[in-house]
Amino acid sequence: MSAVHVPDGLRALRGSAAIAGVATFGCGESPGFTDMELLARSAHAAVADAGLKMSDIDGFCTASAGATMWAMPAIEYLGIRPRYIDSTMLGGSSFIAHLLPAMMALQSGQCNAVLVCYGSAQRTATFGRKEIGNSRRFLDPQPYETPYEPLSPPSAYALAASRHMFEFGTTRRQLAEVAVAARGWAALNPEAFMRGPLSIDDVLAARMVSDPLGVRDCCLVTDGGGAYVLVRADRARDLPHQPVYVLGNATAVWNRQVSSMQDLTVTSARESGAHAFAMAGLAAKDMHIAQLYDAFTINTLLFLEDLGFCAKGEAGAFVENGGIAPGGRLPVNTNGGGLSCVHPGMYGIFALIEAVRQLRGDAGERQVAGAQTAVAHGNGGTLSSQSTAVLGLAGTL
Amino acid sequence: MTTQTLTAPETGVQAWHQAQLDQGRFLIQRGTVDGRHVYYPREASPFDGSRPEWVEPAGTGTVYAVTTVRRKPEAGGDYNVSIVELDEGVRLMSRVEGVPTDRVRIGQRVRARVQLKDGHGLVVFDLAEVAA
Repeated sequence: MSAVHVPDGLRALRGSAAIAGVATFGCGESPGFTDMELLARSAHAAVADAGLKMSDIDGFCTASAGATMWAMPAIEYLGIRPRYIDSTMLGGSSFIAHLLPAMMALQSGQCNAVLVCYGSAQRTATFGRKEIGNSRRFLDPQPYETPYEPLSPPSAYALAASRHMFEFGTTRRQLAEVAVAARGWAALNPEAFMRGPLSIDDVLAARMVSDPLGVRDCCLVTDGGGAYVLVRADRARDLPHQPVYVLGNATAVWNRQVSSMQDLTVTSARESGAHAFAMAGLAAKDMHIAQLYDAFTINTLLFLEDLGFCAKGEAGAFVENGGIAPGGRLPVNTNGGGLSCVHPGMYGIFALIEAVRQLRGDAGERQVAGAQTAVAHGNGGTLSSQSTAVLGLAGTL
Repeated sequence: MTTQTLTAPETGVQAWHQAQLDQGRFLIQRGTVDGRHVYYPREASPFDGSRPEWVEPAGTGTVYAVTTVRRKPEAGGDYNVSIVELDEGVRLMSRVEGVPTDRVRIGQRVRARVQLKDGHGLVVFDLAEVAA
């Protein structure tokens, strides 16, 4: 790939902002809670974690898979008056894609403390996935795919997996390695929803959903909320926690429909990753941990390749023999990921929060010793949007 | 003459493409500048920006990606969803019919057919060797 040119303005933003507070709330099952209540609990906890008050928040980012005007009720509910508002909805990658515009807003002085938050009661909500799916046919039509009734989203990822297997000889066992590794990390995380033992044979024997993906190749459907607070780096140093600096962030979209992908084995993570790493002046090899949005087992393989952890077609071998499990060559999805920890409709913010917890040294039994750098990568739609964030501690500035 | 002639209301390409399908006719588009084929139908080619012309594809293609959607037998049973690459170079989501789902494989040659159901046309594919 050709070298990415980083404009001076972006280069100046490297490390200019830091994540000062993070929180999750209600991950797993939270019967009786609404999306907004999960969001609000997470938001307040993240602001408190940053050592701030809600009244300090003057920048606000959120997105919802259901409500198209979600920022407005969320702002009203929290009782804030943000001068900077971003509710760009790119699916699950949104909350990572919110980073770079927020850094620009902070640097310009438009605002001083940006709250990014999300909540979804997808698991226990009465307005379920079926109703959402049916509404989306009209509100967000894909008229050239819907008539063939692909399961949305699993069939899109299954089609990508089929092509990866065809081109590179990737096997279902290798896909299963991803699920088993995620479960290995989840077993170390008290917040994870599924923590029981899981073997490769269990994954292979599980009910098929959309070949070659079985139910254990698919992410969980849980409830949960997550939030983080972003401030300028100088201010972060005066707040209670060790700042986690944003060294690079980039977002890319090449398609919406899976049938419109130019190559089903290559995602726009190749672009978002190249730009985020170029802004950071770092590469995949410099990353101590990786949080890669694992809506399905194939995602982890695609993103390991597209972000540059291995060459195209080699991720199957990369994850074999516990390659990304605890004790493996690269710690990936150390909270248990969307596959075993939490996946309330959109997972991106949880990938970022886990990266921050690891870098702060707050990850308990699953802590990766000495982690100084992390990549958090979000995916949205059906391999449609990709956003990559490169994070680091003070020593990486 | 400076006055504009009134013309019949134009329809968008999606409605027109479907109307053709409903008459059993499968059409794709081709950019008038670069000659590159376009599918699904667009008001302007994403490649050359032209207002593309309609062309009849050869109808032959190759299975590019494949999945079997699992469904309970009482709901109709498993079914195929494939992405097919037409010989013109464009791809579309569709399904391969007439063979068990586990016999549909990437690389197989297929031929398009417009399936009419309640007056509504839909492009599906058959294995080329079966259709021949």
